Amino acid sequence: MIRAGAAGRGLILPAITLAVWEVLSRAGLEDPHVFPPLEWIVQTAWTDTVHASLVGNLLASLGRCAGGFVIGGAAGLLVGAAFGLSQTMRVLFHPLFNALKQIAVFAWIPLIAMWFGIGEASKLAFIALATFAPVLVNTEEGFRRAPAGLLEVGAVLTLRRLQVIRRIVLPSALPSIMTGLQLGLIHAWLGTIGAEFFMTAGPGIGTFVAEGRDRFQMSQTLVGVALLGLVGFSLQRGAQAFERRVLRWRIA
Amino acid sequence: MSATVTSPPWIRRTVSALDGLIAPLALLALWWFASTRGWMPEQVLPPPDAVASALVDLWNSGDLTANALISLRRVSLGFAAGAAAGIGLGAAMGLSRRTEEVVRPLFTAAAQVPAIGWIPLMMLVVGIGESLKIIVIAVAACVPVTLNTLAGARAVSRGFYEVGAVFRYSRRQVLWRIVLPASVPQVFTGLRFGLTNAWLALVAVELLASSEGLGYLLVWGRQMFQLDLVLAVMLVIGVTGFALDAGLAFVERRLQRWQTP
Repeated sequence: MIRAGAAGRGLILPAITLAVWEVLSRAGLEDPHVFPPLEWIVQTAWTDTVHASLVGNLLASLGRCAGGFVIGGAAGLLVGAAFGLSQTMRVLFHPLFNALKQIAVFAWIPLIAMWFGIGEASKLAFIALATFAPVLVNTEEGFRRAPAGLLEVGAVLTLRRLQVIRRIVLPSALPSIMTGLQLGLIHAWLGTIGAEFFMTAGPGIGTFVAEGRDRFQMSQTLVGVALLGLVGFSLQRGAQAFERRVLRWRIA
Repeated sequence: MSATVTSPPWIRRTVSALDGLIAPLALLALWWFASTRGWMPEQVLPPPDAVASALVDLWNSGDLTANALISLRRVSLGFAAGAAAGIGLGAAMGLSRRTEEVVRPLFTAAAQVPAIGWIPLMMLVVGIGESLKIIVIAVAACVPVTLNTLAGARAVSRGFYEVGAVFRYSRRQVLWRIVLPASVPQVFTGLRFGLTNAWLALVAVELLASSEGLGYLLVWGRQMFQLDLVLAVMLVIGVTGFALDAGLAFVERRLQRWQTP
């Protein structure tokens, strides 16, 4: 009963929002292109799904996001591991990385667009860049956090360096690495949205949203934005489920 | 024993406090060679001194100060609005389960879309004027501040509330004398995330829809094919972002001096 009540109360604000929206558009108080009646929005979602433009755009965005995530994630894992394992690497390159990290990631877009054009390559490069930093930071932290006690056990057993890494360092780094990959995925999706807003060539949900704005079609924009949120939410949930599976062997 | 590779002694001897400069200097040297020897055309990679002189020109012409001030003004207003809303919303939800039940579902749903995702939609509603920038930045700052304030308010120890009950504090007194002081560290975590987000959103919104500001300078440099200008502005954006975060960290340390660690 209590839970049903809580869920019911959660519906109050959305219901009010929808009602105000509907009144604004029906009463002609606002431009119906900006506040279209709810019916139009549902209709847009339906026709665009049926006519496959939405599905095609969605698939294009997801593919792009996955591609950038794989490239940026792999690079982040590699450099993060190098930073975590070698003090020389860390001392030499960490300050440079820290300095570059200060630049707000979207500020790279004009540069990337000048180097790679405004096609697919630029978008992939930007998404990879957005993924890179969080993966690197968390991978490094994981590698450096191997418990001293276990490392001593390794020393007692006279494990070779590679064995120490495989049996001790890597397993204790895994949770942090998973956090990094999860953050990286969120950033990859943020990067996908940004890339598609700024470089509007080719299909994609971001392009779909921007196009809705250019055509002054609020219903299209709104459907696209809802989809942006839905995809972000699903990616996050998926990553969490994956993390739980991978880390199942851990106690608690 | 550590997991770190133990480097040969000669490497370790060379490794000193200044070693962090080696890679940047090497990069700079490589960059300089690549551009002056014509390995890469100047439109693709302008020489470092071109970037430096672009920066000096920007400074001398006053364009840099003017646009940076516009950006800073936007980010201050947007961040202030977003942070105030976030602290209010977070505290309201933290203090009352009922409020949380009403507000949280809509908040969570809206927060699934990153602030920059709302830009085209906001453009339709409020146009591309100054209010667009402020709203987008405020939204970006609001989400982490709300979530952290909520978590902070929830984490206030029961005992404090009981003391408040003994003193017969009103709701307002509970908020000002117990909840806010006790959740300052968590609120500040939210504020720092919020400011980083706000700065990121500022750059995004100025790239997309602005005719002034640092983000606009980037767009302008790109349109003029002046890569030296683009790189110089990126440098300014990096330094400013860093300074903003460092400033907030400084305030945080000052405010929390009274706390026993």
